[in-house]
Amino acid sequence: MSKVSKTAMPAGAGRGAAKKELPEHFKSYKHVWVFVELERGQVHPVSWELMGTGRGLADRLKVNLAAVVVGPEGQHTRNAALEAFCYGADLAYLVSDNVLSDYRNESYTKALTELVNTYKPEILLLGATTLGRDLAGSVATNLSTGLTADCTTLDVDADGSLAATRPTFGGSLLCTIYTLNYRPQMATVRPRVMPMPARVMRDAARIVVHPLGLVEDDIVTKVLSFLPDRDAETSTLAYADVVVAGGLGLGSPENFRLVRELAALLGAEYGCSRPLVQKGWVTSDRQIGQTGKTIRPKLYIAAGISGAIQHRVGVEGADLIVAVNTDKNAPIFDFAHLAIVSDAMQLLPALTAAFRARLLPDSRARIAV
Amino acid sequence: MHNIVCIKQVPDSAQIRVHPVTNTIMRQGVPTIINPYDLFALEAALGLRDRFGGEITVLTMGPPSAEESLRKALTYGADRAVLLTDRCFAGSDTLATTYALATAIRKIGKEYGPANLIFTGKQTIDGDTAQVGPGIAKRLGVGQLTYVAKVRSVDVANETIEAERRSEGGVQVLHTRLPCLITMLEATNQIRRGAMADALRAARAKIVKWSAQDAGVEDISKCGLKGSPTVVKRVFAPPARAERAALVESAEQPAQALIDAIFLNQPKLETDLATLARDARSGLSGQC
Repeated sequence: MSKVSKTAMPAGAGRGAAKKELPEHFKSYKHVWVFVELERGQVHPVSWELMGTGRGLADRLKVNLAAVVVGPEGQHTRNAALEAFCYGADLAYLVSDNVLSDYRNESYTKALTELVNTYKPEILLLGATTLGRDLAGSVATNLSTGLTADCTTLDVDADGSLAATRPTFGGSLLCTIYTLNYRPQMATVRPRVMPMPARVMRDAARIVVHPLGLVEDDIVTKVLSFLPDRDAETSTLAYADVVVAGGLGLGSPENFRLVRELAALLGAEYGCSRPLVQKGWVTSDRQIGQTGKTIRPKLYIAAGISGAIQHRVGVEGADLIVAVNTDKNAPIFDFAHLAIVSDAMQLLPALTAAFRARLLPDSRARIAV
Repeated sequence: MHNIVCIKQVPDSAQIRVHPVTNTIMRQGVPTIINPYDLFALEAALGLRDRFGGEITVLTMGPPSAEESLRKALTYGADRAVLLTDRCFAGSDTLATTYALATAIRKIGKEYGPANLIFTGKQTIDGDTAQVGPGIAKRLGVGQLTYVAKVRSVDVANETIEAERRSEGGVQVLHTRLPCLITMLEATNQIRRGAMADALRAARAKIVKWSAQDAGVEDISKCGLKGSPTVVKRVFAPPARAERAALVESAEQPAQALIDAIFLNQPKLETDLATLARDARSGLSGQC
C-alpha cells in the first residue's frame, strides 16, 4: 500500500508529524553502527562508504561509531574488524564462528539481532546489496523497528532523530522518513551513493567479541556451492572514471551504438536510463539510477536522458555531468554542470570524432557522418 | 503443491507526473499495473504447477480497485485470488504490510490448505524497498530465499527445495526446507500468455475479499499508520543545483565547443582522457 494518501500530499504536510516521547526502554539506545559486509573474505566497499557517513552522524550526535563484523573464524574476519578502525570506527563488535563462513539469512540474522538487543545502538546502517537487503529486512522485522531502504541522504535533525531521505513514487520525488518511536533507526544505502572516506592508518581500539550461540545443525539452509560470476565486466560500471549513457532521446535501439562508440573511444563504460531497459533496448546491468547502478565518475555524458529523479540520484556524485538534450527545459539541466541543447543523434558522432582528433592526434581523423 | 504468490498493484511509473508548481504527484489517469517484478514470481509458481500440479493462490493487499490486478493474475492461470482490503491498512509501511500479509497467508493456509512456497517479486517499482518478502518470512517463521534466479528442484514428499540465489559476485546454490518464501529475481522467466479458458474464467471468477477481521488480524494496532514505525515527514522535489547548467552554444561546431567547455571546467580530465583513449585503442582496459 502506498504510504501517501490518495489525495496528493503537499510537501511538508507529512503524516504522523506529532512526535511522541521516545518510550523509556529505548532511551538507553546509543551510538551509530555500521554493518561491515564480508563475503568470501572480502569487505564490500559500501561498508567503508557507510563508515564515512556513520562517522559524520556519530560526530553530530556526540556518540561512538561502531563497526559490526560477522564472519567465519580466522584472519579475514579479524582483519575486517581491524580495518574498520582505519575508516573511523571507535570500536568494533565481532561475531566469528565457522557457521558464518557463507552468508545465510538465519545465522546472520541471529547474530545481528542479538548484538542489537545486547548493545542497543540508536542507528544501524547496512549496504543495500543483495546481502544487506536480505539481512536488514529480517532484522528489522525481528526488532519491529523502522527500516528505510536505499537512502540517498542521511542526517540527524535538531532533536537527534535520523532523517533518512530516499526517492519515492518510482523515483519521481524524494521523501524524508523518520523512525520516531522505535530503536534502532535502520537504513540501507546503495553502493557508491556515499563517497569513499580516506583510509587513515590507525591502531585498533576496542573489539567486543560476542558469541553466536548457534551450531550447524540448528540451521535449516545449506549452501551446496557457490558459482562465481564469469563476467566481471558487469560490475565495473559503478566504478568507472568516465561513463557515457543514452536515453529515450536516441529515438531507436539501433542508435544506442552511438553511445557505445563514444564510450569505446574514451575507454569509458556505457550505460542507459531506465526506459531503455524497460523497452528492452539495453540489458538491465547497464541501467544507471535508483534501481540500477549508482556511479561517481570524473566525467558523465548523458545523451537524450531527461533526468528524472530516479536517474539523478544515481549520477549526482559525478565530478562533471554533461547533458545533451533537445528540450532546453529537461530536468537534467537542473543538475548537469554543462548543457548543450542538441539532438544526441547528431551530436554523438560529432563528439566522437572531435574527441578522437583531440585525444589521439596521431590517429588519422575520420570524418564524422 | 499449494503455492501463494503475493502481488502488488502499482501505478505505471513511466506515466507518473509531478505537478510543476505544487510538487505533488498527479495520479489522475495514471494506469495501474501488476508490479512487473511480481510477474517473475507468478511465472515461477506457474512453472512449478506445470511440473507438480496443485494450486496457486494470488494475494494482494490494497484498495478495492486492486481487484483488477488479481483478475489479471487469474488470466495468466492462477487458481484463486484473495484481496485483503480494509481502511485500517491504509498508510502501512513495510513492517505493517508484512503483519497484514503474513496474517492473511496463515488464513489462506487454513482455508485452502497450507502453502509449500510463498512467492514475491524481488521488490516493487513504486516502493523499491525489497523488504516485504523477508518481513513476511520472518513473521511466518519460515526460511527465505531472496533474489532467486532459478528453482533447481523441489522434493514435495521430503519437503525440500534447491535453488540458485543471486549474491554479490556470484550465485549461491542453496538447499532448504519447505515451506519457505522465495523472492524471484527479474528476467529469470517470461510470463506466459494466458489461455483463452483462463481469460474467460478470470472474467467470471469470484475474488475472495477479506477485511482485517476476516483475515484474522488480532492486533489492529499493528496495521496501517498505527503499526508503522516509519513516518514520512516530507515529500519534495530536489532543488535545482544553485547554478544551473552552463549552456554551451555554438551553431558551427557544437561538439568542439562542448569539448572545450569540458576541459575548461575540469582541466585535469584532458590528460586522464588521453590516457584512457590510448589504452582503449591499444586494447588495454583499466581506469585512470
